[in-house]
Amino acid sequence: MNRQQLLDLYFMDARAKLIDLAAFFDRLDRSEGDADFRLAALRTALVELSNDQPARAKNVLISLSDPTEEPIARSPGKGAVGAWPGDAK
Amino acid sequence: MRYIEPHAHMVSRVTDDYQAMVTAGCAAVCEPAFWAGFDRSGVQGFYDYFSQLTDYEPKRAAKFALPHFCWLCINSKESEDTMLAEEVLSIIPYFLERTNVLGIGEIGLNKNTRNELKILEKHIALAAKHDQLILVHTPHLEDKLKGTRLILDALKNEPRVKPERVIIDHVEEHTVEMVLDGGFWAGITLYPESKATPARAIDMVENCKAHNIWLNCACDWGISDPLAVPHTAIEMRRRGHSPAAIDQLIYGNPLKFLAQSPRFKLE
Repeated sequence: MNRQQLLDLYFMDARAKLIDLAAFFDRLDRSEGDADFRLAALRTALVELSNDQPARAKNVLISLSDPTEEPIARSPGKGAVGAWPGDAK
Repeated sequence: MRYIEPHAHMVSRVTDDYQAMVTAGCAAVCEPAFWAGFDRSGVQGFYDYFSQLTDYEPKRAAKFALPHFCWLCINSKESEDTMLAEEVLSIIPYFLERTNVLGIGEIGLNKNTRNELKILEKHIALAAKHDQLILVHTPHLEDKLKGTRLILDALKNEPRVKPERVIIDHVEEHTVEMVLDGGFWAGITLYPESKATPARAIDMVENCKAHNIWLNCACDWGISDPLAVPHTAIEMRRRGHSPAAIDQLIYGNPLKFLAQSPRFKLE
């Protein structure tokens, strides 16, 4: 598909997601209390959207990933939260 | 439209889902063993679960003329308890004789711990010993990148493993290339929020230009769509993919991989 066709197919969906994301940040700003590491991780990942290389999705995922290489000693629990806490855990 | 659903946790789904899948063109469904949402209290719980996967669930699917196949293992979330895991590993060979068992899966890692890795290596050795196909679960979200690397290393460290007989599932944009570059098959899971959307899945297929990719829904007890594969096929049509290319991705590719097991036969 060419760019015009992709815009016809996906622009409204991307627009809606962008506004949702903006509203989410507004909601956080209006709320009280401290944010945990996830907000900082999201802000860092957002920078990837300004990159002019077509690997933004990959780089956002890498930005939110655990960068270490060795297996950990013990499981801290069952679930994942979507961002690596680093030293903040 | 015809398609194969290579990864669905039907024990967690209502019977209406079978009806909807068959109506949409599903020709076979494959069910890897996974976490139940809670830890079982002992090996007997797994014995019962494996009996369900190899006896009851195929009968439920057969009511809709849908062939049902399965994969066996102890999942990575419960593998942290290595004593339990060893007990479960000991009963798997008994069930490998059942006629709808395709291999060992979905094995892998969850939080990338030493215990999980130890049990993953034992599963890989078990699969190699019994010449079984392998289906791998890669970790969720922030743990996926590291976990996929560890899993690839573990597979490459077992010389009896043939990469073309291993499907590594739940790949995303940051892991798909390393999986395919290693000669393994890659599974893209269409799952809300935590995995891939139809649009992203098609992007990956277009970018990789690889033939050894399948799509799956991994529907389970969470919010998930048992019709995610046919819905993605419709999205591919909107993107201009030919009927032949769509058929190859959602039917031909899983058939090619799964047919490496003599058990996988479609009438």
